[in-house]
Amino acid sequence: MKKVFERTKGLSDAHFTFCPGCTHGTIMRLIAEVMEELNIIEDTIGVSPVGCAGFCQDFFTCDFVGAAHGRAQAVATGIKRSLPDKMVFTYQGDGDIAAIGTQHAIHSAARGERITSIMVNNAIYGMTGGQMAPTTLEGMKTTTSPFGRDPVSAGMPMDFPKIIANIPGAVYVASVSVDSPKNINKAKKAIKKAFQVQQAGLGFALVSILSTCPTNWGMSPVDSLDWLRENMLPIYELGVLKEIEEVKNL
Amino acid sequence: MMDKVIMAGFGGQGIMFLGKVLAYAGMTTDLELCWIPSYGPEMRGGTANCSVILSDEEIHSPVVDHADAAIVMNQPAYERFKSKVKPGGVLVVNSSLANVGDQRTDIIIIEIPASAIANKLGNANIANMVCLGALLPSMKLVNWETVEKSMEKLTIKRPQFLQGNLDAIKEGMEFAK
Amino acid sequence: MEKVLLKGNEIIGEAAIRSGCKLFFGYPITPSTEVIEYLSANLPSQGGTVLQAEDEIGAINMCYGAACTGNRVLTASSSPGISLKQEGISYAAAVELPMVLVNVNRCGPGLGGLGPAQSDYFQSTKGGGHGDYRLIVLAPSKAQELYDYTMEAFDLADRYRNPVMVHTDGFLGQTMEPVVLKDRPEAPEVDQSWVVNGCKGREKRILASYSLTNEVGEENNLHWEKKYKEIEEKEQRWESFHTEDAEYLLVSFGTTGRICKSTVLNARKKGIKLGLIRPITLWPFPVKGIRPLVDQLKGIVTVELNTGQMIEDVKLAAECKVPIHLYRRQGGMLPTEDEILAYLEDIFQPDGSGEVHE
Repeated sequence: MKKVFERTKGLSDAHFTFCPGCTHGTIMRLIAEVMEELNIIEDTIGVSPVGCAGFCQDFFTCDFVGAAHGRAQAVATGIKRSLPDKMVFTYQGDGDIAAIGTQHAIHSAARGERITSIMVNNAIYGMTGGQMAPTTLEGMKTTTSPFGRDPVSAGMPMDFPKIIANIPGAVYVASVSVDSPKNINKAKKAIKKAFQVQQAGLGFALVSILSTCPTNWGMSPVDSLDWLRENMLPIYELGVLKEIEEVKNL
Repeated sequence: MMDKVIMAGFGGQGIMFLGKVLAYAGMTTDLELCWIPSYGPEMRGGTANCSVILSDEEIHSPVVDHADAAIVMNQPAYERFKSKVKPGGVLVVNSSLANVGDQRTDIIIIEIPASAIANKLGNANIANMVCLGALLPSMKLVNWETVEKSMEKLTIKRPQFLQGNLDAIKEGMEFAK
Repeated sequence: MEKVLLKGNEIIGEAAIRSGCKLFFGYPITPSTEVIEYLSANLPSQGGTVLQAEDEIGAINMCYGAACTGNRVLTASSSPGISLKQEGISYAAAVELPMVLVNVNRCGPGLGGLGPAQSDYFQSTKGGGHGDYRLIVLAPSKAQELYDYTMEAFDLADRYRNPVMVHTDGFLGQTMEPVVLKDRPEAPEVDQSWVVNGCKGREKRILASYSLTNEVGEENNLHWEKKYKEIEEKEQRWESFHTEDAEYLLVSFGTTGRICKSTVLNARKKGIKLGLIRPITLWPFPVKGIRPLVDQLKGIVTVELNTGQMIEDVKLAAECKVPIHLYRRQGGMLPTEDEILAYLEDIFQPDGSGEVHE
């Protein structure tokens, strides 16, 4: 019998432990497929954050280091500077990279650190039970914004990849989504590019990926995808936000 | 045997360098030594001071509470450190910039117009070396030979300054005779 | 062997280079800045990397990442900076990463001042960050020891897979003393079967410290505890100075430790049988240096640059069988040898008529 589909070598046999409808699993598979296609699984060290994204260390088949909350890019910097020939990537939630770890994100980009960062943006703190994130939308109810995010007090949501795109050392910044097969394909392309940028030693690369959190949004998986499309896409513009010439030529 | 020396003056008068000359002089004869700068906020202000301890045995306490000798290169340094010299010790005062007024009688005070002498030698920046020369005959563990070697080492990257510094020390020694 | 005259902080940098340290991550802070400056000038030419991080938190987490790969790594800072690093230090202790941390103490709390202090003793020896962990803490008292102990710190870190702190102060950091650049025998081969460097030809590895269940958590704690007990048993270090016949004892480390040697010698000139224990390891605390002396002692004075921190460990070591007092200066001030002796004489009224050996 001809095998037409199999699990990517980038993922272990462990079963995903994410909630039904959560898109972390989809995103991880895309990264794993990219690692397999680029034949870099054995040369890659991933850095896991704190939060739901942190479980990724159990699912990928490459080496992994667990970082403190927000510190993944500093840890990745240490690994990359020690082993410049290895591939190093961080997998972080929006709270990890855009709130508690903002300084490391901005300065990894500023240094043009040869690492790849994947930011999973579900507009909420998932693991701790649905608190407000820097990416929580205006008016969105969370356990720490029970009456909806009030811009007067909590400010407006941050479009973090756009901030990073302004930094010279960031050579590739893309904002993608995994709400549809078409967008999933685009997301994979962006992830692949972000790893290729590192292979070519061109600088810092970030891919921000819009994701769902049905549990904490209080929705069904299908409704979550609709909600993402209706509410997040207008705020978080998709597309390649930055790509220097050398990256275009990859 | 031990020589504890305090050096003080304006920032820019070469106080730290003066200390280094003594320290490297100690190195040439394998003495135990400490070069202790004032550090921190004082570095940013107008005054600078440092101390050097030279010893032929291990130096335990590096705290220079009372020194065998001091070089003070301006009035504030004189006011601050005149009481820090042990009875019987030596205080070299740059009399071009400090007026000793009421003197201690239990120490030897060498008033030397170091800035004027340095100017006469054609380089205002070597008043520190003139003062060092004035103190040198009173020191137990370093002498002209070791200071000369020290100066050679310290000016290795700028040898053009060697002779001027040595001449200034000689002038100071001559004055103190 | 080469003898050099360098600032204490520069000596630390030189020792690190000669210990095979490959990476330094730090953030400038007085009075530790010469460490990063010296290494910036001298480590790259030796094939190493120096990176000035965005902040202290970044620096310690870069150390954490680099240490995961098995290369020797160093960071240096001063008290407020070390406070910022505590989270990362806790993580490094949990993942059991060898790394060397230098704390050039300044006085605190808060922004404090730049003068010499030992006010971070508790922070250094009792954990410092969250969770129940220990650092091996070495306390040099002069430039040669800054060199020797920094080298030793790298070996201890590797041997026990544990962060090691060199606990010094701004006085030692800024002072220049001659140092013999002793060659060090090749660092011992250490087990690197845990490092993360790409999983070619082996199972993947994860270096992380999350314990998903309480059972796993307790198992981890017991594992760490066992290591700490072993270190306590094997690595207590101290210097005994005129303790054989001592009736009175000073206990003091670092800068004050060396000042106390002068106090001891001056006391002996006066016929007072005074000795000194100078802890070299602040953790593990040298209980073994103090306990055997307890029966011969009439009193102990700890000399510290804080409100009295190490005195707690001295009391535990002496099992409170001897009167123990504190003489301290704070805020960046150093005591003179004479004022320490005056305090001891005032407190204990020692009989100065005894025949003593100087």
